[in-house]
Amino acid sequence: MPLLDHGRPVEDRFVAVADDAPLPADAPALIPFARLQREADALAGRNAALGVQVTSATHAEDIAPFLDRVTLVVVEFPKFRDGRGFTIARTLRERYGFSGEIRAVGHVLPDQYEFLVRCGFTCVAVSDGADLGVWAAALERFHVAYQPGLDTAPVLSGLRRRLALG
Amino acid sequence: MDMAVTRAGIYHYDEFDREFLRERVAEFRGQVARRLDGALTEDEFKPLRLMNGLYLQLHAYMLRCAVPYGVLSSDQMRQLAHIARKYDRGFGHFTTRQNLQFNWIKLEEAPDALAALAEADLHALQTSGNCIRNVTTDEFAGAAADEIVDPRVYAEILRQWSTLHPEFSYLPRKFKIAITGAPTDRAAIQVHDIGLLAKRGPAGEVGFEVWAGGGLGRVPIIGTKLREWLSEADFLSYMEAVLRVYNALGGRENIHKARIKILVRDVGAARFIEMVEQEFATLPREKFRLDPAVVAGIQAHFASPPFVVLPNAEADLARAVSDNAAFADWVAHNTNPHKQPGYISAIVSLKPIGGIPGDATDAQMDAVADLAERYSFDEIRVTHYQNLVLPHVRQDELFAVWQALDALDLATPNVGTVTDIIACPGLDYCSLANARAIPVAQLLSERFADLKRQYDIGPLTLNISGCINACGHHHVGAIGILGVDKKGEEFYQITLGGSAGNDATIGDIVGPAVPYDDVTDVVERIIRIYLSLRQTGENFLQTYRRAGMAPFKDALHAAA
Ligand code: SF4
Repeated sequence: MPLLDHGRPVEDRFVAVADDAPLPADAPALIPFARLQREADALAGRNAALGVQVTSATHAEDIAPFLDRVTLVVVEFPKFRDGRGFTIARTLRERYGFSGEIRAVGHVLPDQYEFLVRCGFTCVAVSDGADLGVWAAALERFHVAYQPGLDTAPVLSGLRRRLALG
Repeated sequence: MDMAVTRAGIYHYDEFDREFLRERVAEFRGQVARRLDGALTEDEFKPLRLMNGLYLQLHAYMLRCAVPYGVLSSDQMRQLAHIARKYDRGFGHFTTRQNLQFNWIKLEEAPDALAALAEADLHALQTSGNCIRNVTTDEFAGAAADEIVDPRVYAEILRQWSTLHPEFSYLPRKFKIAITGAPTDRAAIQVHDIGLLAKRGPAGEVGFEVWAGGGLGRVPIIGTKLREWLSEADFLSYMEAVLRVYNALGGRENIHKARIKILVRDVGAARFIEMVEQEFATLPREKFRLDPAVVAGIQAHFASPPFVVLPNAEADLARAVSDNAAFADWVAHNTNPHKQPGYISAIVSLKPIGGIPGDATDAQMDAVADLAERYSFDEIRVTHYQNLVLPHVRQDELFAVWQALDALDLATPNVGTVTDIIACPGLDYCSLANARAIPVAQLLSERFADLKRQYDIGPLTLNISGCINACGHHHVGAIGILGVDKKGEEFYQITLGGSAGNDATIGDIVGPAVPYDDVTDVVERIIRIYLSLRQTGENFLQTYRRAGMAPFKDALHAAA
C-alpha cells in the first residue's frame, strides 16, 4: 500500500505488529489501540518509535493520555463516508497539540485528500494500484477555502484564505 | 469597500469566489469522467454527485441549485431560466428549502449546467448529501418592518464557513441550519438541526439564541434551546462545537437514527448541552473568532438599497386599493410591511388554482427577473412556502407590479390561505415516494378555489409530503397530509394542529389513513367542522387547540 506524504510517495518506516506478537526493540512499531492501553506502562520506557492504530469509533479524548508515548497515530476509515476520522485528527492537533504524524488508512478517496490535510493528517495510505497522479492532482486543484484548517493558509479577507497544500 | 449600492442585497462574488467555483466545477467534471470510465464506483460517486446537488430520481437526474438563503438577483434568475430552457424542459421547481430544482438533467450535461450556474455566481454545492446544507432564512430579511437583525449577514457567514468544510463534509446525515432576525419566526428555526435567532443585547450588540436537534422526517422533534445568548464573536466557534459533537457521536449505523435530533433525544438535552459547552470551552476560540471587520465587510454587501423618500406613496396605494377590489384582495394577502416608509414587499404566488406548487416556467422566471429589475432593486427572494418575493417595491408602484404579475398568472391572491399549499414532488418525480403529492395539492386547490371561501376559512397552512421524509413539512401544517403505501395503494394520513412558527408544534395524527380518492372530501369535512366550531376571531389552529381533536375525528369516520 503506497504511503503518500503531501502527494508524494514515501517509505513506511513502521512495522505493524499484531496484538500479541513481541515488539521489535529498535525498529518503529505500530500497535493497535487496545494494546497501547493495556501495555502503556511497559511501553513508556521504549526507545524506538511507536505508533498506534485507532478505528474511526475512537474518541480523541481517549487517545489523548497516550500521546506522549507515540509519534504516529493511524486512523482507520472503514468507509469513506464515515467522517469521524476528520474530527479525531483535528482534535488531536488542536485540542491536544499532537505534532507527530497522523495517517489515514482504509477507504479514503482522492476527493477527500484536501480535507484530510486540512484536518491535520500528514499521510495517507492509498490502495495498491491507485492512480497516484489523481491523488497528487487532488492537492493541486484547490487554492482557496473559506474556513481555518490545520494548514497555515494566509487569510486574504474575511473568512477567505489561500491554500498551499501540495 | 466600494459596493455599488444600486444593486444591494446580494453577496457579490469577486475573483476569489469565482476561482473557488471554477475549481469546484472542474473537480466535478473530473469526477463525472472518472465515474464514466469506471475509476469511481457508483457507491463512491454518489456522495460526490450529491455534494454537487445531483440526485438520481425516478425518470432522470435532478439538479438542485442552491439559492443561498433564498436571495437571487435578476441576472441570476435569468440564468436559471436559461438553464431551465437549455438543460431541462422549460421549468424549474422552487422548494421548501428556498432552492430551485431541475427535474430532467442528463448526467453528461450536468457539468455544463454547473458551469452555467457558476457564470451567474450560482452553484449547487451541498444542496444534498450528508453535509451542511444551504442555510435558510426569513424571506423578508433586510426588508421586514419587524426585523431586529439582518439575518442575511450571518447566513452568508454560515454559507462561507460551511462551504466544503474539511471536517464536516461527511457527517452522519444531512444538516440544515435556519436563521432569523425577527421576533416573528418565519424561518422555522425550531424544526432545524440548528436554528438561530439573531437578536440584540442591552448595548445594541448582536448575539444569538441557539436551538438544535429539531427536525421533521420520520421522527419529528421540536428543537432544544442550547443558548439564550451567544456572542457574535463566538458565533462560528459555537457552530464548530455543535457540529464536532454531532460528527463524533451521531448515529452512523442506521440512516433513520442519524440526524442530530436523535442524538439530542438519546443523550438528553442537558447532557448534549454539556458536551457542546465542553467542546466549545476547549476548542481554539481565537482561531474561529468572528472579527467585527469580517462582519462589517459582509454587511456592506447587504446595505440597504438607495430608498427614496416617498411622501405620497402610502396615500397612492390606499387610493388604488379602494378603487379596485381585486387589487385590494391581493394587497391584503400577498404583501408584507416594509421597514422603509413608502415601500412594501410583494409576494409572487406560485400557487395558481390547480397548479403545481412552486413550479415556474422559464418565461415566468424571466418576467419576474424583469419586474425585480424595474421595481425591486434587482432583488428576488424564494420563500420556504415555495413562493417568490419582490422585497422592495414602492407603494406607489405596487399597482403596476400587480397588473404585470396578474398578466403572468402570478398574482393569485392566496398567500397564507388554504390554497397556498406546500407539496413535495412526491411520486411524480421522487424515487423515495409512497404516494403522489402534487395531484393531491391540485385537487385541494381546485376544491377551495373560491376566493370568498378561502378568505372566510382564514389563515391555514396545508402541507403535503409524499413519504415520511417530510420534505413537504406535513408535520407542521395546520393540516398535514402524508402519503403512505398500503399494499401498493396510495393512502394519506392526516395530521392536525401543526405549526412551524414561534409556537412550533408537531401535528397530531387523526385516525387511520384515507385513500387517494377521499382526501379532498376529508379535508373539506375537517374545514367544515372547524367553521362550525370556531369562535369569533379564531383561525383554524386556534380552534383546533381549543376544541381538541375529538370533533375532527368525525371527518374521517364519515369517509370510512
Ligand atoms: S417527502 Fe418523500 S416523496 Fe416527498 S420529496 Fe421528500 S423523499 Fe420524496
